[in-house]
Formats: sequence, C-alpha cells, structure tokens
Amino acid sequence: MNSSATFRIWRGDAQAGEFRDYQAEISEGMVVLDAVHQIQARQANDLAVRWNCKAGKCGSCSAEINGYPRLMCMTRLNDLPLDRPVMIQPLHTFAVLKDLVTDVSWNFRVKKTVKRFAPRPADAPDGTWRMAQADVERIQEFRKCIECFLCQDVCHVLRNHQLMDQFAGPRNYVYAASLEMHPLDTQNRLADLKDRHGIGYCNITKCCTKVCPEEIHITDNAIIPLKERVVDEHYDPLAMLLGRLFSGSRNKANTRA
Amino acid sequence: MRQAAAVAKEVRFGETARRDAWWASPLAVFLGLCAFVVYTTWAALQGDHYRFGPYVSPFYSPELWGSSGAWFGPGRPAWYPRWLFFSPALLVLWVPAGFRLTCYYLRGAYYKAFWADPPACAVGEPRKHYWGENFLPLLIQNIHRYFMYLAVVLVLILAKDVWDGLWFTSPSGAVRFGVGVGTLMLATDVSLLVGYTFGCHSLRHLCGGRVDRISECPLRGGLYRCSSALNGRHNAWFWASLTWVGFTDLYIRLCAMGVISDWRILF
Ligand code: SF4
Ligand code: SF4
Ligand code: FES
Ligand code: FES
Repeated sequence: MNSSATFRIWRGDAQAGEFRDYQAEISEGMVVLDAVHQIQARQANDLAVRWNCKAGKCGSCSAEINGYPRLMCMTRLNDLPLDRPVMIQPLHTFAVLKDLVTDVSWNFRVKKTVKRFAPRPADAPDGTWRMAQADVERIQEFRKCIECFLCQDVCHVLRNHQLMDQFAGPRNYVYAASLEMHPLDTQNRLADLKDRHGIGYCNITKCCTKVCPEEIHITDNAIIPLKERVVDEHYDPLAMLLGRLFSGSRNKANTRA
Repeated sequence: MRQAAAVAKEVRFGETARRDAWWASPLAVFLGLCAFVVYTTWAALQGDHYRFGPYVSPFYSPELWGSSGAWFGPGRPAWYPRWLFFSPALLVLWVPAGFRLTCYYLRGAYYKAFWADPPACAVGEPRKHYWGENFLPLLIQNIHRYFMYLAVVLVLILAKDVWDGLWFTSPSGAVRFGVGVGTLMLATDVSLLVGYTFGCHSLRHLCGGRVDRISECPLRGGLYRCSSALNGRHNAWFWASLTWVGFTDLYIRLCAMGVISDWRILF
C-alpha cells in the first residue's frame, strides 16, 4: 500500500462550498474515517464530521465515497483505488449543515407518522406475552437497522425527485414492516402505507438494498411484502372479497385476544 | 427542502461521481432482454416446426388450436379474427409474457435498463417528473398475482409435456419408453420454471407472507420457507429459466427442421 493518498473532501455549508484536497499518511487496516480524523487533527481542525462508534453500529458516519453511499468507518482504504483522489461528500439527499454533516431530522419526523406498536392484551396474568420464534424471525432482520439513512440517501424517489412530502422512504418501510408483521400487533398500517407514505412510488429498483450496511433485504423482505399486503386490501378484487367473507384471514393479533 | 447548491450533485442524465462500471449491469439486462424478445417473436410467428417426435416447444404448449394434436382441434379457433396472423404460440405466450413483465424483479431491472429511472444507483435521471407505480399506467403492475395463478397452471402443463416426452413412437407404430436429449431439455426447462415461479413474491405472499403468525399452521410455514428460499435467488432463476426456455425451443425447432438429430440416451 502507498504511504500517502489524496482525499478530496467537500467543505462548505448550505450556501456554498468546494472540494479541497488533503494528503494523509496511510497504513495497513485504515478506513476512510481514520483518514478523515487524521486530516481533521493535523490539517483542518474545523472539518465537521459526525461519528460515534467506528464499528458500523451507530449509523452516524454516512457519506458518499467516490460517488457511492457508504459508512466511512466501514470502508477500508485497501478496497479503494488510491491512484486518484478519494472523493468524500456529504449525503446528497439531505441538506448540508457543515462539511460532511447533513440534517437527517426529516427521517425521524416521518418515522413518527407510522402508527405505533399496539400489542394485543397480555397472554398471561403477569402481563407477559407468548410468541413463537418462527413468527418473530422475519421481523428480527428489520431490527438490525442502525438508521444510517444510506438507503434514504440513495433512493431515487428522494434523491432525484425530492418527493419527501409523499414518500416515506425505505428506512421507514422497514420500520413499518417490523410492526405490521409483528405477531402481537393489532394495528393496520396498510392504508397509510398506500396513501400517506406513498409505497407505490417505490419502483423496486433495489438501490436501498444494495447500500444497506446491515445487509437487510429491504426490497425483497420489507417493501415487496408490504406492497403485496396493500394489494390484498386495496387493489385485488378477489382478495378484498375473500377478506370480507373471512375477516381475520391475515390472523392479525386482534383476532385472538 | 434546503439543498446545498455547491455539492457535486448528479442533476443531469448520467451524471454521477461513481467511478465503477455502473452502466454494465443495466446494459446487460437491456441486451439480454432484447435478444430474447427478438428470438421469441420470431419463433412465435413461425407457426411451424414446434413439434418433434414426442416433444413440443414450450413456446407452443399447451397447443390449444393448431395442428392435429391440438387440444381443441386443428386450424384456428372460430372466434379468432380472420385478418389477424395466427400462430398457436400467440394463444399461450401472453401468459408467460405477462407474468414476467409484471415480475417484481424484472420491473426493477427494466425500469433501470429501458427507462433509466434511475439508470443505476446514484446516477442522474433523464426526467424530472415521476409517478412510480403509484398511478396508472404502472399501477396495473399490481395484477401480477393473477398472472402468477395462470403461470402455475402453465408449469403443470409443461411438466405433463416432460412425461409425454418419455414416450417415443417407433416407425412400426409401437410406443416405447425412452429418454432423449430433448426429454432432458424439457425436464430442465420445467425445473428452472418451477424455481422461478415458486419463488415469486406473490406466491410467497400467498403461502405465508400475508399472515403474521405463520407458526399456527406448519404446512403454511413449510411452504413459506421453501418459497422464501427460492425467492432469495429470484433474479438468477429468472435468467436461467428465460435462457433455457429459448434454447429448448431452438433445439426442438432445429430437430423438426432436420438441421440436427435428437440423440436418444436411453432405449
Ligand atoms: S427499491 Fe424502492 S425504496 Fe428502494 S431505492 Fe428503489 S425505489 Fe427506493
Ligand atoms: S435499512 Fe439499512 S441502509 Fe437503511 S437506515 Fe437501516 S441500516 Fe441504514
Ligand atoms: S461511526 Fe458508527 S457507524 Fe460509522
Ligand atoms: S415476483 Fe418475479 S415472478 Fe412474481
């Protein structure tokens, strides 16, 4: 590995900014965040960067490295071509606060509009519930989410079309799926998903799945299954009829108190 | 929403800071699908050379009307418009075509390859406005499950064709059991189509995806797990079955045209 490399980092705020080149010493095992920290310590003390765990678990250090959304702490330098400057930019979809730090609060605001978890009455007198492992397996995958918002950043509905008012985005569909498929939950979020959260805007192009550092199968296991449930209740005449005749065929938790 | 004007953002078609060959995968999908559509259209319009010995081309099965072996008899159906070109394939091909065109995997792939929406992840798009599948015409994609029901029936019929492909008629008229290269091609074709069809998202949903407590019915749980296992590689099953169905038609076609001869492996 070379002993030094160039990092082209975006510097600026919401009004204006530019790319600046920095040289950093590099050594074996370094990740992009190490280089950014070194530059911050030695050359640019005012460089803003958000980070916390350096272990790919807090979801703070999201950025775009050579044009691709990634966690800086999980991108190893020996996986990048170092013969050209390594380009580091803030997330494209969200407003820049300073340098590499963006304002991702919109994601949390939308999350609050998803109906909360509403469990059925407790199964046992001590106020506890009983669940089968097979029933919670599916939603355990969704609980791995670290809210890095790389999926929200790359999704073209937000990134290219800015449909923030009509589309909740892949992270929030993962969240909705974790509640909607929960064996104890009694809520129905399908009408919201269709109208308020605009799941129909997703054209299943799977960019969210590709960038997810937790390797959650966002499109296949959360979005498409939710789309199918929306079809059941809102588009498929046969399923709507059967749903009326045999109410509770989804065995939502409220069918068994 | 506030956007920083100075950040290098892909705003123009094809603009991106990505340095990898992001265009390779959509280009491969584009070329692969074009090649298949051209061959299938040509083969479907031939209206001939789709039977050889006990084999029938999967493009022409079930043969509802057409040759003497057709389900409802030779010739074209009475209701079929006189002015319209007729081939037995046209009566069935709309089922697999509709099934594949509304397949969740392929939708995502052709929105990228044919409509550049987006051309690839984190690459600029040619159009500003966007409706997705939220409105007509693409809202119609929600019909997919109905094509799935028909596709399952079709797979059963193709499985019957494999069975028929095991019984060869000798010149003396005696019917004997046998296995030819064509039989193996038909069997492989059905196996790949089973892998593709039974991993369909709509079928997975029907098996167990729609239910929150799968554990209450062990059969349902088993079916859901099988379908999910196939679903994990749905794109691979898509391409493998698509390619193989084309090769199977080509093989039977070339045998029927006398260009190659079918090699009998057993008996
Ligand atoms: S699959 Fe849907 S949610 Fe995911 S990036 Fe594509 S359009 Fe966005
Ligand atoms: S789903 Fe994956 S990419 Fe999206 S916020 Fe969660 S961890 Fe990040
Ligand atoms: S610093 Fe926590 S995910 Fe990178
Ligand atoms: S999702 Fe691909 S065939 Fe149904």
